[in-house]
Amino acid sequence: MAKKIPTKRPAASSKFEELMTGTTVFNVPLPADLKALKGMSPIVIKQPYNIEYLHSYGQDSPFFAGLSNKKILGTTCPKCDYTWATPRLACTQCGGETDWVELPQTGRVHTFTTCYFGGEEFLKETPFHLVLVEFDGVDTLLLSRLLGPEQPEDIRIGMKVKAKFRRNSQLKPTDVYFVPAE
Amino acid sequence: MRPVYMVSGGVSKFEKARPDATFQKMVKESFDYAMNDVPRLKHSMIDGSVASYFSDHFSRQLMAGIMAVDYLGLCPKPNKRIEGGGATGGLCFQAGWEAIASGRMNVCVAFGFETMSHVPTWKGNEFIALASDVNFDYPVGGFYSGYYAMMVNRHMHEFGTTVEQLAMVSVKNHMNAYGNPYAQKRRKLTIADVRNSAMVAYPLTLLDICVMSDGAATCILADEETAFKLTDHPVKITGVGTGTDMMRMSDRPHGEVLLAPNEKKSDYRNLKYPGVHSFRAGRSAGLQAYKMAGVTDPLKQIDFVELHDAYTSSEIQTYEDLALCKYGDGGKFVEAGYPFMPQIDYGMKLPKKGTIPVNPSGGLIACGHPVGATGLMQAVFAFWQIQGSIKKHYGDSELQLKKANRGLIHSHAGTGTYVTVSIMERGW
Repeated sequence: MAKKIPTKRPAASSKFEELMTGTTVFNVPLPADLKALKGMSPIVIKQPYNIEYLHSYGQDSPFFAGLSNKKILGTTCPKCDYTWATPRLACTQCGGETDWVELPQTGRVHTFTTCYFGGEEFLKETPFHLVLVEFDGVDTLLLSRLLGPEQPEDIRIGMKVKAKFRRNSQLKPTDVYFVPAE
Repeated sequence: MRPVYMVSGGVSKFEKARPDATFQKMVKESFDYAMNDVPRLKHSMIDGSVASYFSDHFSRQLMAGIMAVDYLGLCPKPNKRIEGGGATGGLCFQAGWEAIASGRMNVCVAFGFETMSHVPTWKGNEFIALASDVNFDYPVGGFYSGYYAMMVNRHMHEFGTTVEQLAMVSVKNHMNAYGNPYAQKRRKLTIADVRNSAMVAYPLTLLDICVMSDGAATCILADEETAFKLTDHPVKITGVGTGTDMMRMSDRPHGEVLLAPNEKKSDYRNLKYPGVHSFRAGRSAGLQAYKMAGVTDPLKQIDFVELHDAYTSSEIQTYEDLALCKYGDGGKFVEAGYPFMPQIDYGMKLPKKGTIPVNPSGGLIACGHPVGATGLMQAVFAFWQIQGSIKKHYGDSELQLKKANRGLIHSHAGTGTYVTVSIMERGW
C-alpha cells in the first residue's frame, strides 16, 4: 500500500478555519411567550482562562540542573542494583532511597514516533519525532526528541543515537535531545 | 461479599458537541432512560450514587458530581466522585459494585459524563496529556497519540504486527457502530480508507484513534433480592479486577509475563514483559476478574468483549492482555477474524469470524470517548447484549448476538496506568 506521509500538517478540510472569536452581544431578544424558551438556541460564550503556574520540580530538580551542565542524570538503588534513566528518588522494588548517577550520552532507539499533530502547546513544533532511548547498563528508558531524520522511515529501532544539549538551558526535559550517531 | 446485579442502564447519544445541554442535563437523560426501563424502581429505593468524570479542565467546574446528583434529585443520599483518567468509568462501575457488595447500599446509581466540546481538539489533547508526568513526559511531547504510537511501533518490532492489522480494528468497530444509534461515528470503511486518512502519530492515522465527545451514561446496580424485584432479566456482575502500572511508560520494567490459566511459562521464554508493548495492568485486572468469575479459558468461556479501543493498537494489545490470544498474536488474531461479529459483512475474508466479538457496539473509536461516561457506556451496551434487548434499545436487532450469556468490559487509563476488567453474566 502506498504510504502517505505529509511533511506538514494537512488541512483538515476545505472549510474556512474556525476561529475562537465572536461578536460581543449587548442585548438578547426574549419572546413574550415563556413556553417558547424551551426551544431557544443555547447561548455559548467565550471565557478566557490564563494562569501563571509556579511549578516545582521538587526532588527531581537535580536532573534539570544536570541538563544545564550537559549531563544526563539518572538514579540507582544501592540495594537492588536497579538503575532508572528517568530518575526517581525512591526504589520501585524495595522502597529505599536511590542515588544520583550520570548516564552515558549515547544510546539506542528503543521505539519512536513522528507526531504530525499534538497538544496545543506543541502544535507549532509539529512534525517532531519522539524516541524512547535505551542506554547500556540502565534498566529503564528516557523519553526525548530526536532531531535530524526527515521522515519516520529514516528512523530505526536499535539505531544508535547521541545526546545534544541546548546551549541556552530552558530548564525543561527538552534541554537534552538526541541525534543519529551512525 | 453479596452478589451484585445490574438492573438497568441508559446512555445519552455521544456527540461531538452538545451545546444545548449542561452536563447535568446529559446525565439526567441517561438516568431517566435507565429509570424508565425498570418502572418498578422508585426514586425512594435508591440508596446513593457514584459519579464519574475525568478532567475538571473540560468543565471548569469543580464538584460537578454533586451538581449532577442534585439535578437528579438524589440529595441528601451518599455520593462520591471517582476519577482515574480513561478508566474513570470502569472504576466508577466497580465503585458501585463495592457499595452493593459491601452491604452499604441495596440500590446504587453509577453515572458518568464528560463535556469535551468546550475547548478545541488541540487544547483537549493538551488537557488529556496533563495525565502524563508533567516533569518528564508532558513537556517533551504532550500527546497521548504519540505515546501510543511509540508503544505500537515496539509491538510491531517485537511481534511483526502490521498497520493493515491495526486498520482492520478500525474497519470492524466503525462497521459495528453503523447499527448503533448512540454512536458518534457510523461509517463503512476499508483498510485503505484508514491508511489514507491523515497521519497523526506514525503509524497511527486519524481513523486509528477515537474522538472526543460530549455524553453521559448511567448504570443502576442492586443486590440480589432487590434486583429480582425490579426486573425479570438482571445481569450479574461475577468478576471485578483492577490493575495499575507506572505512569511513565519509560519506567516499565522487563520481567516475566503474568501467566493466565491457559498459558505456560514456556510460551514466553524470550519475551521481556511488559516493556512498552504490553499492558501489565490490563493483564493483572483480567486475571483477578477471571479468578473471581471462574474463567480459566477466556476465548471459550466469554461470549463477547467491550474493550477500551482508544487506539486500534491498544485493542490489539488488549486481546493479548486478556489472554484471548498469546502475547504477540494480537495482529494475527484480528486478521483471522476472531473479534468480528458473525452476522455483519465487512467486505473481507475472515475465516474465524464471530469467535469472540469484540466491541459489538463500535467501541470508543466509533461511539466516541466522553471519558467519564465511556466505561459505563460499555456496561450499558454489554447489559443490553446479555439481556437480549438490543432491538428494544437500538431499534434494530442487527447487532444482537445470539449467544451473549457472559460478557467482559474493560476500561483503560494513561498508557495502561489504571485498567479495570468486569465480567457480567446472565443472572436469571
